[in-house]
Amino acid sequence: MELLCPAGSMPALKAALENGADAVYVGFKGETNARHFAGLNLDAASLREAARLVHSYGKKIHVAINTFAHVKTWDHWRQAVDDAAAAGVDVLIVADIAVLAYAAERYPKMELHLSVQASATNAAAIDFYKQFGVKRVVLPRVLSMQQVRSLARTTDVELEVFAFGSLCIMAEGRCYLSSYMTGESPNTAGACSPAQYVRWDETADGGLESRLNGIMIDRFAADETAGYPTLCKGRFQVGDATYHALEEPTSLNTLDLLPELYREGIASLKIEGRQRSPAYVAQITRVWRQAIDRVMQDPEHFTVQRDWNAVLANLSEGSQTTLGAYHRKWK
Amino acid sequence: MKFSFGPILYFWPKAQVECFYEQVASSDVDCVYLGETVCSKRRELKFEDYFRIAQTLREAGKQVCLSSMTLLEAPSELRELRKYCDNGEFMVEANDVGAISFLHENKLPFVGGSALQIYNQHSLRKLVGMGMKRWVIPVELSRDWLAELLAEPLIESVRDCFETELFAFGHLPLAWSGRCFTARSENRAKDQCELCCIKYPEGRKVTSQDGTDVFVLNGIQTQSGTRYNLINQLKGMHGLVDMVRLSPQAHDTMSWLRRFKMNQDGLQPYPLARNESNGYWLKLAGLVQADESKQTKVEKYES
Repeated sequence: MELLCPAGSMPALKAALENGADAVYVGFKGETNARHFAGLNLDAASLREAARLVHSYGKKIHVAINTFAHVKTWDHWRQAVDDAAAAGVDVLIVADIAVLAYAAERYPKMELHLSVQASATNAAAIDFYKQFGVKRVVLPRVLSMQQVRSLARTTDVELEVFAFGSLCIMAEGRCYLSSYMTGESPNTAGACSPAQYVRWDETADGGLESRLNGIMIDRFAADETAGYPTLCKGRFQVGDATYHALEEPTSLNTLDLLPELYREGIASLKIEGRQRSPAYVAQITRVWRQAIDRVMQDPEHFTVQRDWNAVLANLSEGSQTTLGAYHRKWK
Repeated sequence: MKFSFGPILYFWPKAQVECFYEQVASSDVDCVYLGETVCSKRRELKFEDYFRIAQTLREAGKQVCLSSMTLLEAPSELRELRKYCDNGEFMVEANDVGAISFLHENKLPFVGGSALQIYNQHSLRKLVGMGMKRWVIPVELSRDWLAELLAEPLIESVRDCFETELFAFGHLPLAWSGRCFTARSENRAKDQCELCCIKYPEGRKVTSQDGTDVFVLNGIQTQSGTRYNLINQLKGMHGLVDMVRLSPQAHDTMSWLRRFKMNQDGLQPYPLARNESNGYWLKLAGLVQADESKQTKVEKYES
């Protein structure tokens, strides 16, 4: 079972390698990947350097080219595939049919993984993508453990699941909430709830109000910790109640499920967070390395160590974690 | 320009659904989509009921398509999907690529729903090659995006092999989740939802703490808080959009069809209400309501 860690920069990449990642995933600067943030990601030259470094550790490097190509700038996506191939990377993570078809035809030996952005949640959808030679599918964070298990037992394609990090509660790649509010979505601009639309206002009583493109996402009392206004994690009013109508600000943490994921033959555990700091990547990677080693040695007697959870809680949104959709009760 | 009614997105009692389709049969809509696309637990009508209504509507001269589920997670949902795909009589709207897998196996033509991820000429061309006869464009795309896409040489050469359809009226389906937000709004777990969404024939409104309509909860689906209404944009759709989709509302759907048809050439504009939007089509944030009066004036001046 592979530990796949995020790297938004060279220092984060080194942190992942030094702390035990089996593989890292990166993206290019620009709109070809779903973490299109200022100051993040690699250019073609630094990708070559990154690939050399990762390979010197005997590890693998995956490149996410996982947004949907635009009409007039299709060449950017094609170029990204060419640049990744030229850099000698091991895997491309792709969502768009157009990009998959191009990569499969032009680089038939390149290993292709279906990005979570393609939103393949069932065996028939996975079958659809087999025509592009997809070797692995990254599952959306909407499935329960029972559903993951049933998929693992019916498909012959490798499965990768999200193990830790920001929790996207919608079927990825089919969520337009961000463009509804700001005009920019993961599919069209490679980002959700983009930072340039965020506004903070102080209230008379010392609290804070967060807005996204003018829409109030949340209101915090002076003694509350204010979180980033990701639009699905705000407090809104439904009927007479004001609450987190869609989801609380919380992070996904599947440590408890590790033995089961291992038993079902899940190929890879993905840690979310290319936008995070090298220090974050180092700490998370260390914990998950220990946990995966432990479960692989003795899955029957695996228990989650208290200090692991303490580290992870510290690094989570609102210091809270959840099993998310894997756990039926969450739904 | 043809008009269609999309599938009913909300959970209505069987009698209400049947009453709605009786009105549809005597309306002058061209095409009707039938079926449950949101939640497989909603079983007021079974496949056989939809099939019977489909036959009645066909006899009334409507083109009928069966719409399939959007978020397919369980093996039982795939078995139900198989039933839709093997119906033998009506074209299926594929709202997940899983449906395309089934349909393509049997070389059947299909409609590609708006939740498929087609954003460029290469993916569109690929699906047309796999039998897509009509493409409902993703809700977040603008007129400019569509025009650019259709003008690509790769598409121009197959343009007569498929139609385009646009979701032009109703609360926009914006997201699907493993979680049921309507059940959550009633403090119920999804497993014990007791199908409470049947109490909300127009979904449940979500407003920001300062009173702006933000979303509408419809089970596992999140919709736009504003009602998308492109009634005053129809004139600019000629040559780009072959079919205009109205999403069934709890009230007045037939009146809206008449209003849309009367304004096909922009001759009978209809002022938008406060809680309506047209942003996506005009390359703006979806929730925006751009001023259409200026636009109309410019068009009149030019003509």
